[in-house]
Amino acid sequence: MNRTAIIVRLSPWLFTIGLLVVWEGSCRLFKIPTFFLPPPTLVAQAFVDFAGPLARNSWITLETTMIGFALAVGFGLLLGLLVGWSRTMYAGLYPLMIGFNAIPKVAVVPILVLWFGIGFIPAVLTAFLISFFPIVVNVATGLATIEPELEDVLKALGASKLDIMRKVGIPRTLPYFFGSLKIAITLAFVGSVISESVASNYGIGNLMLQAQAQFQVPLIFAGLVVLAIEGIAMYAAMAILERRMTGWAQRSGFAQS
Amino acid sequence: MSAFVALDGVSHAYGGAGGTLAVDALSIAVEAGEFAAVVGPSGCGKSTLMKLATGLQFPQLGTISVAGKPVTAPVKIAGMAFQAPTLLPWRTTTENLLLPLEIVQPYRGEMRRRKAEFRERAERLLTSVGLAGQGTKFPWELSGGMQQRTSLCRALIHEPQLLMLDEPFAALDAFTREELWCVIRDLHAARKITVILVTHDLREAVFLADRVFVMSSRPGRVLAEKRIDLPRPRDLEVTFTQGFQDIVHELRGHIVKARQ
Repeated sequence: MNRTAIIVRLSPWLFTIGLLVVWEGSCRLFKIPTFFLPPPTLVAQAFVDFAGPLARNSWITLETTMIGFALAVGFGLLLGLLVGWSRTMYAGLYPLMIGFNAIPKVAVVPILVLWFGIGFIPAVLTAFLISFFPIVVNVATGLATIEPELEDVLKALGASKLDIMRKVGIPRTLPYFFGSLKIAITLAFVGSVISESVASNYGIGNLMLQAQAQFQVPLIFAGLVVLAIEGIAMYAAMAILERRMTGWAQRSGFAQS
Repeated sequence: MSAFVALDGVSHAYGGAGGTLAVDALSIAVEAGEFAAVVGPSGCGKSTLMKLATGLQFPQLGTISVAGKPVTAPVKIAGMAFQAPTLLPWRTTTENLLLPLEIVQPYRGEMRRRKAEFRERAERLLTSVGLAGQGTKFPWELSGGMQQRTSLCRALIHEPQLLMLDEPFAALDAFTREELWCVIRDLHAARKITVILVTHDLREAVFLADRVFVMSSRPGRVLAEKRIDLPRPRDLEVTFTQGFQDIVHELRGHIVKARQ
């Protein structure tokens, strides 16, 4: 490994440490009140003091997110195949889906609470509602972009639409699908935290809301850090999954260079 | 003898009867085992001809028959290859070749039982186009010329009676292109199948074909038909002879007129 390669490998850590140093330094230098912006050392202290509640609630948020995300994967995949399969479905459903996607999901939470009460279910549903759209769009795009020549080759052999779907459509959609999971899981996370903050007694979102009410500003920031770490972990998990499932689509050296 | 592929007074417009005509009163007859080339200016409906002859599109006017039967559905006895190799990147070369066998009967039903035999057939076919031992590679590990050879093999694996080629060599460099001319020449000679080659390379058409059809610009119809009597088997050297040049020159005259 040469020097540049080592620096590239270390750069995520160096940048993170740099950010923390600047943050800590600014807080001290400008004497920023800790209830306004607590320095990283205080946030770290909050981590130690509230380790139990942070762990418990972040686990709940993770669980909520994963269930909502799983629903979104199942539903999104089905709907995507349907929309990609039929032109009528595409024409009919696409405007509806775009309209639905445009609605800020925080505006839907009150309705979910009305139907299901405060707590776990609205959070799961919010995570689901916010994250299925990119999956649908990507799966449908994968199907819609089959090369027409290849379709001709197969049709001239007497292939049915189902044959083309099975032999070409679905395999070539997989990179799009796995790519969309990275986006979807981050969105699902946003969804569950939103719902927790608005209408739940559990989860990191709720913990941060309570911390705010009690003016425990370092704990709010600790909550933010937990969210960031969880977000990165889930994104990374999906990126690894994508790499393993669709190695043939990742042959470009572009991203590595 | 009735023609193997016969288009008689065929008119076809995209977007229904009111759309712009792609081909108009087009008549072409190709004998069984014949190598026919169709040349013309770009946008002359050559690709439409491909779709019509294979039953992917049906004309608004005129009749089309293949192997003595009117075309009312995809013909199933045709193999096709295009300018882009359109191989599946998630399948190895051999698996790409097996794709038609997974679709066309009777092979489809026998896929499980005769898989080993089919793989062997694919390997033999690869060998015959100079790709021996490349079956385990993925298409993106092959050069453009090798991909196009694979694409040709895929068009031939189910032993079609009719081979439809739509500018299959247009994206290749000149040397690779000439190599593949010889590959096609030999495949045609060995298998006695009927070939329809759409191209805008006149040398290619004259070198390979028994008969060349010159199409007009849109809406496409046949302007001229030229029998190529150069003796077979033809060597690449023939392309440098005066007789060959004269034919190319004559056809070029037709195309120039067609473009006006």
